Amino acid sequence: MCLAIPGKIIKSEVQNGVRVGRVQFGGITRETCLDFVPEACVGDYVIVHVGFAISLVDREEAERSYEALESMGLLKAELASDLEDS
Amino acid sequence: MKYLDEYRDEKIARGIVAALERRATRPWVLMEICGGQTHTLMRYGIDEMLPAGIELVHGPGCPVCVTSLETIDKAIEIASRPEVTLISYGDMLRVPGSHSDLFHVKAQGGDVRVVYSPTEALKFARAHPERQVVFFAVGFETTAPANAMAVWQAKREGLWNFSMLASHVLVPPAIRALMSSSRNRVQGFIGPGHVCTVMGYREYEELIRQFRVPIVVGGFEPLDLLEAILMLVTQLEEGRAEVENQYVRSVTYEGNLLAQKVLAEVFEVCDRKWRGIGGIPESGLAIREEYAEFDADRIFGTEGITAEEPAECISAEVLQGLKKPTDCAAFGKRCSPENPLGAPMVSSEGACAAYYQYRRHLVTVGGSR
Repeated sequence: MCLAIPGKIIKSEVQNGVRVGRVQFGGITRETCLDFVPEACVGDYVIVHVGFAISLVDREEAERSYEALESMGLLKAELASDLEDS
Repeated sequence: MKYLDEYRDEKIARGIVAALERRATRPWVLMEICGGQTHTLMRYGIDEMLPAGIELVHGPGCPVCVTSLETIDKAIEIASRPEVTLISYGDMLRVPGSHSDLFHVKAQGGDVRVVYSPTEALKFARAHPERQVVFFAVGFETTAPANAMAVWQAKREGLWNFSMLASHVLVPPAIRALMSSSRNRVQGFIGPGHVCTVMGYREYEELIRQFRVPIVVGGFEPLDLLEAILMLVTQLEEGRAEVENQYVRSVTYEGNLLAQKVLAEVFEVCDRKWRGIGGIPESGLAIREEYAEFDADRIFGTEGITAEEPAECISAEVLQGLKKPTDCAAFGKRCSPENPLGAPMVSSEGACAAYYQYRRHLVTVGGSR
């Protein structure tokens, strides 16, 4: 099962030698093990799978790559007046 | 929700499709491995948005679907014991075994419980020292570290009533098996974004060296998959065969080294039988000797169980991308989520379940696309 979603760390503490966080996904907050992402801090976004954070979302990479996607959307919108919408 | 909603933007989606239309000059056959990606493609109708020549076939990326019939039978055998509480991820409950399934074991009084995380299984074991708690651990490399952590913690705490029935599968050997088959038509792969979040994508370089097929590691939202498809088609049109990463906000070349460390600590690579495909060498993970006291297969003596598949289910061909679910005579009639004949109809990531949810109307129009 590879269903994993991004959430925001709102709390972090150590319990029984394990780093545990409260991570917020939209309206829900879940307990999440943060042991695989020691560099992640409160306020950061992590990708969570079965209650374990498996990566820290790289904000800069996300922004940079999203800008490239957005420009494709804008280009299409510019061309729309000359081309049939397909 | 941040890092989700913006990747569902329709305007950008149409922009990427327009770019694809300009880029593609020939037909191409692409495969996505991961079941989560299959569902996104079906749900958002991405396969229908693509230019006519680009065909998507679905790979065996649903760990529930490829769990061997023997393993299901083992879980049923173990769960039927009165002293056992079998704890599982939800999907596994309705997967048909040879004669029954875990849901029926539960209905008949077996103590079978569903959890979202292995952490909950550990908590249950701590709270109930009188029960033999067996965690049914299935999954790809994405899930293996979490499952490994449960065993590692159990050993550290001396939680002797906890054990794991483990059946993990690895993606690169599956790609190798598919590419080595004479029936293979796939020219490019969308790589599994969360498997690679854990493992990185170093292993895929060897595959492209051997088979000269481009692989683009993709995410799970519509724009991720469209962008990955665009990157694949660009490579194919330019005659390149490289590993590229579309899912840069989560995947790095090395992957998550801490997750890999605990995985290697608890598990070792083994040969594994994939339901529908057959045996693939070195394609699974088994619990190491050092953690044998937490290996349910050894503890409950289920190593010898063998099983035979039912005749009507064509999941073997669906899992290899050779047939679509709608090609199956039983699809939507004798086989449905309420009464599944095979695993791909059961799992939230199974191709048959995805088609049932989003493409059932195609069957009444007279066949598959």
